[in-house]
Amino acid sequence: MNSIKLRVNGKEVTGQVEGRTLLVDFLRKDLRLTGTHVGCDTTQCGACVVHVNGEPVKACAMLAAEADGAEVATIEGQANADGSLSVVQQAFQDHHGLQCGFCTPGMVMAATALLKENPKPSEAEIREYLDGNICRCTGYHNIVKSIMAASGQDVPAMAAE
Amino acid sequence: MPKDGGIGSSTKRREDVRFLSGTGRYTDDINLHGQLYAHFVRSDVAHGKINGINADAAMAMPGVVRVFTAKDFEGVGGVPCGWQITSIDGSPMQEPKHPVLAEGKVRHVGDPIAVVVAESLGQARDAADALEIDIEMLPAVMDMKEAIKDGAPKVHDDLSSNLCYDWGFVEDNKDAVAKAIADADHVTTLELVNNRLVANPMEPRVAVGDYDMANDEHTLYTTSQNPHVIRLLMGAFVLGIPEHKLRVVAPDVGGGFGAKIFHYAEEAFCTFAAKQLRRPVKWTSSRSEAFMSDAHGRDHVTKIELAMDKDNNFTAIRTETYANMGAYLSTFAPSVPTWLHGTLMAGNYKTPLIYVNVKAVFTNTVPVDAYRGAGRPEATFQLERVIDKAARERGVSPIELRRQNFITEFPYATPVAVEYDTGDYHATMDRVLEMADHAGFEARAEQSKKNGKLRGFGIAHYIEACGIAPSNLVGQLGARAGLYESATVRVNATGSISVMTGSHSHGQGHETSFAQVVSEMIGIDATQVDIVHGDTSKTPMGMGTYGSRSIAVGGSAMVRATEKIIAKAKKIAAHLMEASEGDIELKDGQFTVAGTDKSVAWGDVTLAAYVPHNYPLEDIEPGLEETAFYDPANFTYPSGGYACEVEVDPDTGKVDVLSFSAADDFGNVINPMIVEGQVHGGVAQGFGQAMMENCAYDADGQLISASYMDYAMPRATDLPMFKVDHSCQTPCTHNPLGVKGCGEAGAIGSPPAFVNAVIDALHRGGHKVEHINMPLTPDRVWTAIQNS
Repeated sequence: MNSIKLRVNGKEVTGQVEGRTLLVDFLRKDLRLTGTHVGCDTTQCGACVVHVNGEPVKACAMLAAEADGAEVATIEGQANADGSLSVVQQAFQDHHGLQCGFCTPGMVMAATALLKENPKPSEAEIREYLDGNICRCTGYHNIVKSIMAASGQDVPAMAAE
Repeated sequence: MPKDGGIGSSTKRREDVRFLSGTGRYTDDINLHGQLYAHFVRSDVAHGKINGINADAAMAMPGVVRVFTAKDFEGVGGVPCGWQITSIDGSPMQEPKHPVLAEGKVRHVGDPIAVVVAESLGQARDAADALEIDIEMLPAVMDMKEAIKDGAPKVHDDLSSNLCYDWGFVEDNKDAVAKAIADADHVTTLELVNNRLVANPMEPRVAVGDYDMANDEHTLYTTSQNPHVIRLLMGAFVLGIPEHKLRVVAPDVGGGFGAKIFHYAEEAFCTFAAKQLRRPVKWTSSRSEAFMSDAHGRDHVTKIELAMDKDNNFTAIRTETYANMGAYLSTFAPSVPTWLHGTLMAGNYKTPLIYVNVKAVFTNTVPVDAYRGAGRPEATFQLERVIDKAARERGVSPIELRRQNFITEFPYATPVAVEYDTGDYHATMDRVLEMADHAGFEARAEQSKKNGKLRGFGIAHYIEACGIAPSNLVGQLGARAGLYESATVRVNATGSISVMTGSHSHGQGHETSFAQVVSEMIGIDATQVDIVHGDTSKTPMGMGTYGSRSIAVGGSAMVRATEKIIAKAKKIAAHLMEASEGDIELKDGQFTVAGTDKSVAWGDVTLAAYVPHNYPLEDIEPGLEETAFYDPANFTYPSGGYACEVEVDPDTGKVDVLSFSAADDFGNVINPMIVEGQVHGGVAQGFGQAMMENCAYDADGQLISASYMDYAMPRATDLPMFKVDHSCQTPCTHNPLGVKGCGEAGAIGSPPAFVNAVIDALHRGGHKVEHINMPLTPDRVWTAIQNS
């Protein structure tokens, strides 16, 4: 067992983890932060994307022990201080960028990371960036729109399409 | 203009807030005190005899509580099939036993042999490696046509052959169809494969079983589209638990697409083991496990013949289909190639004679059942592909050939047993051609040609039967259940409302759209209405969500229950205002007496119902809660025109989808935003089938596409933005909302549009390719070009 200490969503947490424990399992099972999801076992789907030291990481591809000392952000920590949705979260609701919600935490975390590094991405850049995140419900159409809108770019109103 | 939050408005989804903030509650998020973890040990061969299982070493591993095998399930029922098909000769389909854990033989890669239950998942997996299983490999039965030849190895030794059933529809038309084809001026024939797919909802399946010894009550938390169906099937047929002692909860469910309709062995196992071990038992599927244990979809091999007269009027259609059932019969498997497929073979066209033959075959593969569209995509694909081929053979426009044969008068009774109530196929065709700028296509094709690319335009027009289904009809057709839906509308004393619906939402947004309907009927704010679903202890017996049935059947039940509420509330209002009940009107949450200025508010009436001091107790009971069960009079028939434009690189076979337009007729629409999202998702899955996805087995029965490394899921870079439109509306005539359902349309109508576009592009480049089996990968397209 390994003792680890890290900050998750701004709060210090500690844990005892087996060497093989994945970061996503530590978040979900030990910390009960069940917003981060597991959709595959080959690091393909991106439902588990979190931020580690500010960078998007698939939490199924990192051991919990490796996160010792790290700053981790999950979907649970994305809302504004007053509890309102973040700009990206709100854009997903406004533009119907989610249906079943299972891939959504990973999509929001990926999109948030994208906008940090590229504040006004083109449609093609958004699609390229999301290559590691699979959604089965939306066909990506409204996810792309949500991210465009979150970046302050114009998107056509739903009814006008 | 619809009012905000009312019927027809694109109200934002209330459920999104919890999904976006990580506070959704999916089944894997549920952890019960003292829970154990189950790990299924599955067959890695397609077909084999189990000579022995030695669990001694595994049992001695740390944390292991018990290892279960088939002998622990003696006296327990098999996983049942919910539909019986009768063969042409009058015999019932062959129905093998589907044990919870394999008995004596394994029949597909992934067939569960044993389950290790341990204190942690890691310990269960470690111990599984120590399990000694002696399996003698047997020859695998993979090809359907080979499987039903004499002397083929049998998947089930106790059945007479691998033929499940041989179904003819409509058998009385068989000879007339044969004559019409023999006498036709022209017959177009096409042989095609509808590729096997895996539904792949992003949330893998999960089951958590719990047992309350004090009350002898079982609870199963499961990733299901229909918790009541699971309760019925598992309780009555597998474990023998009466309904009042079994609660099934399907909380937030991360997508279904059909794969979460069925009752699975893992659900029965966790429920069973929790009682045996007196502790909760949890199983979470890995994605690899999902590929070999979730029911697959499609997998038809078909020959279709379309007969025409000299003027290109369709005179007859004959099809012969081999439908793969896999190794066992999944819950609704037998109905998919028959009643959900044969009945749709008329499409949008007035073909007077149709005969459909379906041979359902057992093979050593994962069971096949309904996947988004279920039977209707298979029917649409055949029809819309053969029409394109016929147009080419006859030298006419595929659009005009469709138009010429469109059904234009409704109601229309097809020769395949269904009656379309409404539709306007020319309208959706006109609309989609406009959206796709068909008029400008030739100029764009010229431009592509200059760039060394081949541009193609593909059109498809579909019909589907949704709003499943009239119970008396499906009973005659072999269903072992009714297909009504239920709703309880509970009005609270303060006027707020809880609606308990038998429908289940796993991405469709019912919590929002259903509330729009009830709030508009009463005239109160939608935030005053909550939708409760997914728990058999809370909702009335309901059949769940699939077959685009939720708003058409579940919504209708909710409307009926709300109508009963309004009728009773009017009686109370009449008493309060000392007026005649017939003079009471309800508008915007106010009851008024016609022709007077008297009024009472909704909240006054609801309060009176629960504090009945001034109340007509001699006429009506206190309280305001009503239940309705709605059994539809007919299916609903959404239809639409889909157009696709592609560019093919003739040097590499790579296909780029440049645009996709969908003009659907869903009848009335409750929430346009949600409807558009459903079409986007359906079209994306249709794209996946047409262009990328293939569930592949090798000749020995190994599943070679069992992860996202090998099974090509469409990603954001693969898809264009879609143009969708639902302005053509011919409301359903037989349900109270005039709705038809929209969940499956995209997956039904789009595959032939994609393929027709590619074939059109190849012909424009001089390559006489008549068909390429899906998925149209660069390799397949390039090979077809080389062989043309």
